[in-house]
Amino acid sequence: MSKTIITVVGKDTVGIIAKVCTYLADNSINIEDISQTIVQGFFNMMMVVDMEKCEKHFVDVADELEKLGNDIGVIIKCQKEEIFEKMHRF
Amino acid sequence: MINLREVSETNEMISKENLDVRTITLGISLLDCIDSDLEKLKKNIYNKIFDAAKDLVATGDKISRYYGIPIVNKRISVTPISLIGGSACKTEEDFASIAVTLDEVAAKVGVNFIGGYSALVAKGMTAADELLIRSIPLALSKTERIMSSVNVGSTKTGIDMDAVRLMGDVIKKTAELTRENDSIGCTKLVVLCNAPDDNPFMAGAFHGVTEGDKVINVGVSGPGVVKTALEKVKGESFEVLCETIKTTACKVTRVGQLVAMEASKRLGVPFGIVDLSLAPTPAIGDSVADILCEMGLESAGAPGTTAALAILNDQVKKGGVMAASYVGGLSGAFIPVSEDQGMIDAATRGSLTIEKLEAMTCVCSVGLDMIAIPGDTKSTTISGMIADEMAIGMINQKTTAVRIIPVAGKKPGDHANFGGLLGHAPIMEVNQYSCDDFVNRKGRIPAPIHSFKN
Repeated sequence: MSKTIITVVGKDTVGIIAKVCTYLADNSINIEDISQTIVQGFFNMMMVVDMEKCEKHFVDVADELEKLGNDIGVIIKCQKEEIFEKMHRF
Repeated sequence: MINLREVSETNEMISKENLDVRTITLGISLLDCIDSDLEKLKKNIYNKIFDAAKDLVATGDKISRYYGIPIVNKRISVTPISLIGGSACKTEEDFASIAVTLDEVAAKVGVNFIGGYSALVAKGMTAADELLIRSIPLALSKTERIMSSVNVGSTKTGIDMDAVRLMGDVIKKTAELTRENDSIGCTKLVVLCNAPDDNPFMAGAFHGVTEGDKVINVGVSGPGVVKTALEKVKGESFEVLCETIKTTACKVTRVGQLVAMEASKRLGVPFGIVDLSLAPTPAIGDSVADILCEMGLESAGAPGTTAALAILNDQVKKGGVMAASYVGGLSGAFIPVSEDQGMIDAATRGSLTIEKLEAMTCVCSVGLDMIAIPGDTKSTTISGMIADEMAIGMINQKTTAVRIIPVAGKKPGDHANFGGLLGHAPIMEVNQYSCDDFVNRKGRIPAPIHSFKN
């Protein structure tokens, strides 16, 4: 099963990771790797997640995470890992 | 494992630099639809296209969501209609009625364009070919989504000058019949030399007779990505310049390959090719002309433009070839004027002329593309421009094309607006000297000496 990459980009504020992780836990999405950096006050996070146990459809999860991002003022993207693998790995 | 820097790079290409998959084009053979009864033929065509393409748009949208990459267009190409309608069509109206059927099914399945209202007449025209060509103005004036192309020459056959002369008239009539929309019909009509059978890009897309029953071809694009990459190597050597373009083109093409394979799998249709293209749009930051400026030109059309474009075209191919399992179509940098804000600006300020564009077509992927010219340009002059461009393709063994719009009622200094991706353009000056006696000769130009390779 392919992995999914979730990215969060936006102005740094309290509780971004908590809110995203709560959503993922509520939907049985397992976080396998997480990396994060802050550049000039901008929050930039990437998670590698496994959605195998998630009962929702990928597109619905992507939509809900996008909406969650809008609520907390950041951009959340949910993408299949292959686009990054194809572009950066041969 | 993929790291944050790589993920950010990809997503910045998409969100800030207009990286997208320009088109997934589903090629469909209509050879098994042929019938001598026109109504039955049209029914066969409608049903075959509908069955093959009913899931195309939804599938494209789903792939776009899965990978977070825009897939701008979902399109269809079909077997050249002159071959399909030959036995059923007795009049221009008969052929145009097939165009209406194609338009209806295109709207039904939700694609924005369907290509293949075409004739392949590189050496001569059958009665059906000529009838289809003469029906093009009517067909384009009665439809919205039809794209038409006519291949009038090749390196192996020479140039059919009777067809070139006829196309001058056809372009003028198309301009006249669609004059209320700045002669928009001509934006959907292209004359080609060495047309490829597997081109996913409009207006020249058709499903060649060398192809299988159905095929998925994909065109990628990313002028903004290349420009941004070049901003980081300002003043560096040609070696660094070329390597930067090549590496960037490789990354862009890998995305096209991924989308092509996924579309092929989901639709159950064989994968054909990836077209290694740099296709601009009128959007700011999505311009091939801007890349030329980033390479060191003050404005597109300045001395050095042809050399810069040659580098760009070649490096895009070199980078892309490694990234895709099958490469085809037009593959290279497109230089349409009305679809590229940098080209529009260059033409408006006078740094870019038709003659310079003609030189650029020797080293770009296609030809004179989306150029608005005065509405009173003679049809023989248009045929002369086509003949010049076809000669470049024939001698240099490359695809060349002419898509020019003699905008009815407009003159140099005026502006034409075609809307959407077709863009807008200043009316460019055309050389006023006559080529009537040359174009009015009958027959064809023989194949060049280097075509005899057997």
